[in-house]
Amino acid sequence: MTGLYSKHLENRKKAVFRNILLTFVLIFLALVTLFPIFYMIMSSFGPAVATSGDTRSIFPKRWTLDSYRAFFNFSPHSLRWIGNSFIVSICTVLGNVVFASMAGYAFAKINFKGSKWLFGLMLVAMMIPYQVTQVPLYILISNKLKMTNTYAAMILPGIVTSYNIFLSKQFFQSIPTPLLESAKLDGCTQMGIFTRIVLPLSKTVLAVMAINTFMSTWNTFFWPFLVTSRDSMFTIQVGLKTFKFANETLFAPMMAGATLSALPMFILFFALQKYFLEGVTVGAVKG
Amino acid sequence: MSKNKVTGSFRRRFKITSDDRWGWLFIAAALLVFIIFTLYPVFSAVRTSFLKYKPFGSQFIGWKNYTDTFKNALFFKAVKNTLVYTVVVVPLSLLISFSIAIMILPFKKGTQSVFKAIYYLPGIASGVALSVVWLWIYDSSPSGLFNQVLAFFHIPPQNWLSSSKTSMLSLMLMALLSGQGGNIIIYIAAMMGIDNSLFEAAELDGAGFFKKIYYVVFPLCKPTTLFLLVTGVIGSFQVFQNAFMMTGGGPDNSTTMIGLLIYKNAFEYSKFGLACAQAILLAIVISAISLLQFKLMGVDVEY
Repeated sequence: MTGLYSKHLENRKKAVFRNILLTFVLIFLALVTLFPIFYMIMSSFGPAVATSGDTRSIFPKRWTLDSYRAFFNFSPHSLRWIGNSFIVSICTVLGNVVFASMAGYAFAKINFKGSKWLFGLMLVAMMIPYQVTQVPLYILISNKLKMTNTYAAMILPGIVTSYNIFLSKQFFQSIPTPLLESAKLDGCTQMGIFTRIVLPLSKTVLAVMAINTFMSTWNTFFWPFLVTSRDSMFTIQVGLKTFKFANETLFAPMMAGATLSALPMFILFFALQKYFLEGVTVGAVKG
Repeated sequence: MSKNKVTGSFRRRFKITSDDRWGWLFIAAALLVFIIFTLYPVFSAVRTSFLKYKPFGSQFIGWKNYTDTFKNALFFKAVKNTLVYTVVVVPLSLLISFSIAIMILPFKKGTQSVFKAIYYLPGIASGVALSVVWLWIYDSSPSGLFNQVLAFFHIPPQNWLSSSKTSMLSLMLMALLSGQGGNIIIYIAAMMGIDNSLFEAAELDGAGFFKKIYYVVFPLCKPTTLFLLVTGVIGSFQVFQNAFMMTGGGPDNSTTMIGLLIYKNAFEYSKFGLACAQAILLAIVISAISLLQFKLMGVDVEY
């Protein structure tokens, strides 16, 4: 609690009353914020086909899993879309955790020729909007490398991001250099220092990096949408979009699909909340 | 003698140390990915922007893609839409998240975390899922959710997304109501970092709650506000997905923003050269804003 709010030492009741009032306002705003998600989950349990004259209500009149069945029956690959999303997300996370942290360590603690301008180049590249690279990247993947409808096409462009290199470099810089120097004098190679000293000290930042990367890869729609055309290779996000455009009138099954696409993130969020929230401030607040 | 000295420093400069070898080994994978999937596409985009692109035998047409862009009424409409969207959404979202952060502040750490988590939750659902949900919230039939709310106040149902009067408003409202969590958390972190003595000093000067916000919290959160403002503007210049999913840019291009225009030029009309030219113009505007941020940050951060 900061000194912004008066503690009302002379009158505790005032402080309690103020906090109750704030709680009410905050809960009201939270309900507004959460409402779309709540609505999505509730409606997904409604009947798959609305009978005419039915008005939609927030709580379905009859609870059923029909809409989930309808979503899965839409395409023989519906279940595979979720699997595809997992494959792409997990590979991307592994690539980033390994390669971005290695590069981040090199930029932070290894004094090698060319490191300064290379890192500068990556920083500049981070500011370039994706619209610039999307067309050449698409031509490269689909026309030159003929990789359309492969996992590689979805994974490789994001397997090490400049952002994650930057994030890990910022963290590794805070590790005291004398610690690493002494290990070097003891005959440890850079690889040894990295795996035995640096990585064990960096579990939090690696977890934050993994979660951020998983979330953005799982939720990404645009790139998989560009490089997949066969529906067995869709990710769940692309599948949901296809379902939406094919069934403009199926309310509850669409909600079931949306719920399915968000469910893994919700589970992860409730399990690893701390890292999610930490991930927001990492790299955002100036030190 | 002097010649020896020169070659000595020359050798030292170009001698490959073990650190050099390790360094390049450690960045090898990242560098390869960076060159293939970032550096090459950027150069290729610049080149393509001067071409009439065809898979085989593109023609060099000079600045035509750029001049065509500035002759196109739709481009200016997209720029206007993007600016309107940005000018409304970004400041309002900062105001909302600042106010909510202020309200969360007096509670204990544990309660703060609960509120942070609640407000952050919509941000982890995918944009596709959220847009599907909002599509139904904006359903134009009387059973659409917003129309039910309107009916409660005896207002006739609206064609939220399919009328050019309300389509942009609907996209803005959706953005404001579903994505404040990150900003709130960042604001709280900044506010928690303010030294208590400053509030005490202000109190001694007779400052009340709102004066303390105005004279203490506001200026001390300025770097944060600036950061959120710039990232917000950059993000909103690139907005694509909600318009793509919910309105497709319509009706009558009332929600076609620059990101969607570039997408359509590239992947619907196969005008790769034109799309690249417009993307580069966008990049120039965005880097100008980033530079401005660095300049403001450098001069204007005061404690």
